[in-house]
This record gives sequence, structure tokens and C-alpha cells, in this order.
Amino acid sequence: MALTQQDISREIAERSRAFAEAGQTRHHPARDYAPYRSSLLRHPKHPLVTVRDPEAVELSGPVFGVTDVTDLDADLTRQHAGEPLGERITVTGRVLDREGRPIRGQLAEIWQANASGRYAHQRDQHPAPLDPNFTGVGRCLTDDEGRYRFTTIKPGAYPWRNHTNAWRPAHIHFSLFGDAFTQRLITQMYFPGDPLFAYDPILQSVTDAAARDRLVAAYEHDLSVPEWSLGYRWDIVLDGPAATWLEEGR
Amino acid sequence: MLPTPSQTVGPFYGYALPFLQGGDMAPAGHDDSAITVYGHVFDGAGDPVPDALLEFWQPAPDGSRTGAPGSLRRDQTTGGYAGRDGLTFTGFGRVATDADGRYAVRTLPPGGVPYLSVCVFARGLLHHLFTRVYLPGPDCDADPLLTALEPERRSTLIAEATAERVYRFDVRLHGDKETVFLDFP
Repeated sequence: MALTQQDISREIAERSRAFAEAGQTRHHPARDYAPYRSSLLRHPKHPLVTVRDPEAVELSGPVFGVTDVTDLDADLTRQHAGEPLGERITVTGRVLDREGRPIRGQLAEIWQANASGRYAHQRDQHPAPLDPNFTGVGRCLTDDEGRYRFTTIKPGAYPWRNHTNAWRPAHIHFSLFGDAFTQRLITQMYFPGDPLFAYDPILQSVTDAAARDRLVAAYEHDLSVPEWSLGYRWDIVLDGPAATWLEEGR
Repeated sequence: MLPTPSQTVGPFYGYALPFLQGGDMAPAGHDDSAITVYGHVFDGAGDPVPDALLEFWQPAPDGSRTGAPGSLRRDQTTGGYAGRDGLTFTGFGRVATDADGRYAVRTLPPGGVPYLSVCVFARGLLHHLFTRVYLPGPDCDADPLLTALEPERRSTLIAEATAERVYRFDVRLHGDKETVFLDFP
């Protein structure tokens, strides 16, 4: 029998209840989160092995520079001959470590669906139009305050096949590097007040409500540019230890 | 400060994250010493995972861990990728698995340690996984991580030499012969 939203919502509620009863803190999603069906065969059953070696290579990480980005990369509305359709937005914020220190000069990458909810990807064949003036890929380096800034259009929600009538809330994928490989993060930024939040097993895989809220950007009127774009702020805090020697070397 | 939660890379990163020569970490002039690491990513049913993304990070052959910019060097004329500069070893590589769930990287031997660090992303994986590709040799016998593991689990981290300077390393995400994945608290 086809899996319904009701089935998935029930599972989401069960996992949420179990999390509340356990009384734990959990910042990241569990990798074995059955409501997101693709996780079933793609999560380790063994616990992770803890590495406490202060000499671990993972406490350092890759670096990027001006050769790795072009000036146009941060403006997703200017990558084609014409203007993309949709609601033009500016998304900005800071990338910080757990101590609140800015992550400087590191690579931030984004990708997203167009205003109709369609990705410029051959495997996305759902019946929404492609936009010849929008690819949906952006990149920038964070500045000395850890700031990133992208101009883009607001992505649309789109259907997927986790269950019947499954829809993803509008989101922008973010990929971030810290000063250490341990701080690597790929995540998704959501838009405030989206009615699809409760139905989405990917967002709900973050069972802690406070942690889930940290995936939602804030509309900030002062970031809106008159006659031009709406502004959203989203700060990102990278998890994981960083080597102190890197800090000293700067 | 409390961390931003992870979310899956999803199925549609393919036009955004992979870049030209992402797996060609070894600069062109180092053909004599370059090594190739290749393998499959498998799910818990033993099926290949065609939408995984692997990132590699490692010291330079001299042991330096500072890395260098230029992994995804850009063409300022077209806005596309120019490919690596042919000289600089950046220490960083990124490859997506193909339709067969296979990947390959060509790199230089890491200095000071017997391993390459790997970060695994995939559709269905809500939070990335770290592992290591150990290159077989005497240095593995003294490695603190390897020596702390049961032999059966240890073997999942050690690549198999299949030809001179060519190593196979499969990633098994779930179940039988599951790869050891790492946590850095």
C-alpha cells in the first residue's frame, strides 16, 4: 500500500515524542531516521569511533582563495543573459565556530531550485518549468567578519517521492568549510513561516525544536533593498573542534 | 554557541559541488610518485550508491597541513572551471560517485601519516560521515586508531593494493562489513 503523509506524520510524531522523553540534547539529525526513507540503508549501524588524537589530520582543513571564486558567483540572478523569474532576495549572515569566532576567508557554496521548484538537474523531471535564466549555483568566500552574502531568487517548494504527496519546504542548500575538516557542514536553509515544515521528514529529522529553528532564516526588513530585493539573515555555527595551532598561525 | 544542524546533501548537488579535476589532486608533473585510490560506495543492501559525494583532505608529501588555494580554480573569462594549475598541491579533492557508485582520485602520498581523511555525503545521509583511507604498510602497525580496533573492523579502513601505487577502498554505509566511521568530539 502506498505510504501516505499520515503514515509519515505519525512516524515523525513518534520520533519527536521519543526524543522528548529521553530528555537529551541533540543538535544534529539522527542518521537512522526512518520517516526519511532513503536513510534506511544509508546509515551506519555501528557507533562512530571517537578519535581524540591531537595530531589528527582532520584538525586542519582545506583552504580556498581568490582563484576559486569569481565576482559574479555570489549573484545567482546575473549568471545568464536575462533575469530569472521569481522573488529576488538577498541572503546574508556570518559563519562562526562554536566559540563565536568568525570563519574567515572560507568557501561557502549554495544551490537551489528555481522559483517554480525545479532544479537544473537532469534527474529532476517533475512538471514545473525550467528557467533558462537561472541555474541556482552560488559561491563566495567569507570576509574577515565571517560574513557571506548571496543575491538570488526565492526557491519554490517541490514534490518528491518519499511518500504520496510529499513536498519539500522551500530551501537553499549550503555547503561550508571551517578552519578544520572536522567543522565541515552541508545543510539547508529554510524560510520563516513555511506551512510545509511539519510535513517534511528531512527538516523534522532534527528532533530538537530549538535546533530546527536554527535552520530557519529571519526576514530582516533592513536587509531589503528598496525597489530591488527582500532580505534574509541566517547565521551559521560550525560544529567540531579546530586546531589551536591554526588560530595562532594567523 | 549552538551548532547549525546538518541536513542531507540531497540528490541534486551534481550541478553545484563537483568541479573540473576534483579528483586530480596530484599536480600533473608528479606522475612518478602519484597514487590512485578508487572504489565503490555501497548501501546496506550491497547496492552501489550513485549519488554519494566524497571529499578528501590530506597533508602534502612533506607533511605540511596548511593546504593551498586553487582546488576549484576558475576561468575568469567564461566563469567556468579552469582546472588545477598543474603545480600546486592543495591537499583537497572532491568527487561524486558515478552511476555505478564508483569513484577515483589521483593524489600524492600523504606526508607524516599513512592515511587520507574522507568526508562522505549522500542522498539519504542526514549528517556526513568521516572515515580514513589507510594505505597499507608498516606505518599502519603503529597507528593509534587502527591498533585500537578489532581486526575485522580495522580491515575496513585499510585500502587494498591492486597494482603498483593503485589502491582500492570501498565505503560500506550500513550492515555487512560496514566501514568504520569517525567522530571528532
